[in-house]
Amino acid sequence: MIIDATNKYYKQLNEEIKHTQTHDITVKNVLGQRYIGTGVKDKKMTVYGTPGNAMGAYLDNIDIEVFGNVQDAVGDTMNDGHIVVHGKAGDTLGYAMRGGSIYVKGDAGYRVGIHMKAYQDKQPVIVVGGCVGSFLGEYQAGGTILVLGLGSQDSSPIGNYCGTGMHGGNMYIRSAVKPEFLPPQVSIELCDSKDMAVIQPLIDQFCEYFDIKEDILRDKPYYHIFPNADNPYKSLYTSY
Amino acid sequence: MLKKEGEIRIPSGCAISGIIDRTGRQSINGRTIVDSIAVMHDRSNGLGGGFAGYGIYPDYADSYAFHVFYDDLKARQETERYLDRYFDVVNMSRIPVRPNRNVVDAPLIWRYFVNPLFNRIQEDEGEIDEKKFIVETVFYVNTYIDGAYIFSSGKNMGIFKGVGFPEDIGDFYKLEDYDAYCWTAHGRYPTNTPGWWGGCHPFALLDHSIVHNGEISSYDANRRYIEMFDYKCNLLTDTEVITYIIDYLKRKKGFEYEDIAKIIAAPFWEEIDHMSEKEARKMKLLRNTYSSLLITGPFSIICGFDHGLMALNDRLKLRSMVAGEKDDVVYIASEEAAIRRVCPDIDGIWAPRGGEPIIVHASKEAM
Repeated sequence: MIIDATNKYYKQLNEEIKHTQTHDITVKNVLGQRYIGTGVKDKKMTVYGTPGNAMGAYLDNIDIEVFGNVQDAVGDTMNDGHIVVHGKAGDTLGYAMRGGSIYVKGDAGYRVGIHMKAYQDKQPVIVVGGCVGSFLGEYQAGGTILVLGLGSQDSSPIGNYCGTGMHGGNMYIRSAVKPEFLPPQVSIELCDSKDMAVIQPLIDQFCEYFDIKEDILRDKPYYHIFPNADNPYKSLYTSY
Repeated sequence: MLKKEGEIRIPSGCAISGIIDRTGRQSINGRTIVDSIAVMHDRSNGLGGGFAGYGIYPDYADSYAFHVFYDDLKARQETERYLDRYFDVVNMSRIPVRPNRNVVDAPLIWRYFVNPLFNRIQEDEGEIDEKKFIVETVFYVNTYIDGAYIFSSGKNMGIFKGVGFPEDIGDFYKLEDYDAYCWTAHGRYPTNTPGWWGGCHPFALLDHSIVHNGEISSYDANRRYIEMFDYKCNLLTDTEVITYIIDYLKRKKGFEYEDIAKIIAAPFWEEIDHMSEKEARKMKLLRNTYSSLLITGPFSIICGFDHGLMALNDRLKLRSMVAGEKDDVVYIASEEAAIRRVCPDIDGIWAPRGGEPIIVHASKEAM
């Protein structure tokens, strides 16, 4: 089923998507329509154009592949499913994400993966091929963020204040230099073989999605950023 | 009954868009900027929309163009008496509008092309700086003539704004009749003040105009400082004060826009600690001297000026903004879709970092 989004208001477009009978849906000429994929169940969507804000918000078990750039708040609070973006992403990618995966080929904006969390089998993953802005993984509580830094050359691919308030989960950064401006509650170390074993499946998946040769991802070290105590805020408000 | 501020919440955010032709040619029709801002309809709530066009009055390029809202005939007569005393009014007319069913309660909207009469002014005031006199005229009319409001006062540029969605306001003012080398646009969700025609964006003084998405938490600190230099913040909204800050730093203090950006969206002290000694010394000087002009809180702004514009985010980048360029035309907007609507095949859309200005100059030797 192919839906042409030209000049359609987001409500109309999302109604059409929702009421499509086929499992596979292609949406063409998307331009700024919000909430694509939200409230839809059991579909595989291919999107061409520039989807509007909050694409895949609250996403549940839907796969969305986008040929184009995405805007802000993609995958906001998503529960399950897979988002693949053959382009760049805006700010607050994967905000409060709690399950599923987001893969972005290019750069992403500020506040990627903030408030991300995990519980038992819900283990969210964000992989960004390019660089990201400041506040990566701010208040992260769980899940995995991997930034591959393609195009960052000799500088760090992440902005400032990465991991401020982080108290769970893991971030991995491929970078020629050790990232700076980290807050006191996180630690940073070069990845060891155990860490690499964790992220290798994500790298493989990235290369598969975007048809990239893995060799180009081996020339720089990977850094692991993690909270430096099991529960750094345990005694913030109480003394026990 | 109309609900007051705090009793109702309308979830929305503002939208901004700007387009500039580096060659300085009036190549951008008003329809283009309307199409761009209209894509972001849901960022506005119909309580304000507006546009600034630069290069739209080539026939009167050397005169100041005053756009004025009047509540009634009395306000108009009083204002015209005042203008007649100090200005040679080269041309005056109502600004052409077409009825739009979504645009209601419009004031009387007039346009005057004026040249200051220096001998008259000198007789009354002594030697005086021309731009300073224009600013004083704007503040005088807006403060002391009840029901009159000059909302545009630059040369070869003009503001078109009102209460409504931006696409309706653009239709109302027939913007397709204007060609510019630079346009900026705004769709508004009023945050702390009721929507009224004068309070819509862009705010302008002389050739500076500001469209703004966000809310400034440093408003009162900024206002107290800028009022020491004879600016009157009588609209009680944050965007007005940004306009005056930029006018003050540029016109009165002679700063370049790069430095103005570093004053209003100053780097953090810990970032300054990592700068080279020379740069750090300059940043410390600016931060210490103009600490009251630091703007905090979320903002993305586009400041239009004579043959150029500056786009700037707050240093934490709490509002989105992207930019792109194709064939000498630079596009800046809150959302990428607003750029792609008017330039579908643009390459290399990028997002500036927080506090990193985009400054574009247009050539003054347009063909």
